[in-house]
Amino acid sequence: MNIVVCMKQVPDTEVERSLNPRDNTVDRAGVDGVINYLDEFAIEEALKIAEAAGSSEVTILTMGPEKASDSIRKALSMGADKAVHVIDDALAGSDAVESSLVLAEALKVTGFDLVVFGCESTDARTGLVPAMVAERLGVPQLTLASKVDVSGSEVTVQRVTDNGVATVTGNLPAVVSVNEKINEPRYPTFKGIMAAKKKPVKVLTLSDISVDAGQVGLDNATSWVDDSAARPQRQAGQVVKDEGDGGARIAGFLAERKFI
Amino acid sequence: MAEVLVLAERDASGEVKKVTFELLTAARRLGEPSVVWTGPGAEGARAQLAEYGAAKVYSVNSGDFAGFVTAPAAELLASLVSEKSPAAVLVAGTNDAKETAARLAVKTGSGVLTDAVNVTSEGGGITAEQLNFGGAFTVHSSVRAGTPVITLRPGAVTAEPSAAVAEVEKVPFTASDEAKLARVTDLAPAVKGGRPDLREAQIVVSGGRGTGSADGFKIIEDLADSLGAAVGASRAVVDAGWYPHQFQVGQTGETVSPQLYVAVGISGAIQHRAGMQTSKTIVAINKDAEAPIFDIADYGVVGDLFTVLPSLIEDINEHKS
Repeated sequence: MNIVVCMKQVPDTEVERSLNPRDNTVDRAGVDGVINYLDEFAIEEALKIAEAAGSSEVTILTMGPEKASDSIRKALSMGADKAVHVIDDALAGSDAVESSLVLAEALKVTGFDLVVFGCESTDARTGLVPAMVAERLGVPQLTLASKVDVSGSEVTVQRVTDNGVATVTGNLPAVVSVNEKINEPRYPTFKGIMAAKKKPVKVLTLSDISVDAGQVGLDNATSWVDDSAARPQRQAGQVVKDEGDGGARIAGFLAERKFI
Repeated sequence: MAEVLVLAERDASGEVKKVTFELLTAARRLGEPSVVWTGPGAEGARAQLAEYGAAKVYSVNSGDFAGFVTAPAAELLASLVSEKSPAAVLVAGTNDAKETAARLAVKTGSGVLTDAVNVTSEGGGITAEQLNFGGAFTVHSSVRAGTPVITLRPGAVTAEPSAAVAEVEKVPFTASDEAKLARVTDLAPAVKGGRPDLREAQIVVSGGRGTGSADGFKIIEDLADSLGAAVGASRAVVDAGWYPHQFQVGQTGETVSPQLYVAVGISGAIQHRAGMQTSKTIVAINKDAEAPIFDIADYGVVGDLFTVLPSLIEDINEHKS
């Protein structure tokens, strides 16, 4: 089975993140890039499905700047077989609609039986791209999964939404997105890290996937940030030490603010 | 006045969800709301939808919306967009509606703005207000292609009644075969506990590593129940398996902005703050006086939660009676 994991490099969530004052895009230059936390679960799930199915291959597909190659190497060191990196200066500032176009066209070029996403990225947090890619490819949207079962040509997932847990089935080829309940992502082993250095990373530009520069990037974005402003930092209020009266003092504060 | 399409949300028992009234309230800031009702029960919901300003209700009573993942609803919305040329399409920031919005945007060549906390219209231009990076930034954004598709964060807009007629119009619609690729074969409805929904709650009480164990975490539920609050948990608690994953507040969990957030035994790492720092009032209880949660708390007590909470719960209960 040809399994492709769409992986995004994002700014590290453990540090303060910001927007570029110039064009209100996410500041990626100033901070370390890491594999989007939720994509680690997608990689793990793809590896598990490949191991169970046998004679399968896991490809990492990333769209992003040169810098994203660190994250691609890490994904390969977890056990993915190869990677495709779509790099093009014209892609900078692409929104979800544009990114889904690029990923869908790249998937058509690489071929796929199963596409696996993390259910959202920790930077933009739109959660739109997996459904958009399913729409563009015209394949079943088996998203927000806490469990994925592949049996022959049929994929069944447990879809977790606000309304409950749905059992959803579709046929391959299909698009899946997974949540962080699904598995425990493995850490790269030393052997894996060494092996990853030799694994192939194919670089594609927009012309390789037949996408026009006029369909992507900040200038052609379908949504636009008009302005952004850092919100004022919260001020620390009163902090008291519990002298046996901590509970009563909080109750007093809550009463004063009419919460009780 | 320009027409604004609003995708109604129902819970598993068929009741109109509160966020639908919030959507109608927001839609009135942009034009005249028309509800899009997918499935049975439009007539039964009519009075409620009218109360919050729905001029029309486009109703399609088909099992396809529940039977297949998001694609049939996106197809219906796309056909209404082309037929009615609305000023915008507003949907809830719930999983299903967001993915419906995603497909609709691709179908109609439109831009989509997610997780809006407000919408405004000025000189024909529609703007959404969003909070980025867990509320560290306020952003105003707009759509440059097609019809603005906007998902609204539940609880962000206060639902306000404004009477209208809610004229129900049955719309002919048949989902295409392409919209029936992901079949829903079973649905286990979310178990509704006695507590309010985490994202819609006025008060949230969250527990962290300081609770020490699944058993220790029970006192968080006790405090929440005394306040009529929802329960939240930090990532450490969820990772340790002390409390279920769907209650996680933070960067990789839910983002909440209640009137009151009580953080108990939570240090307040960036990861957690990103999910709660837009709360109106924050109260923190932690053993460690240096915990970063105190930097953003309106009121903080340095102390052992297992001695502070029992007396706090007692005081709250006394206050109620």
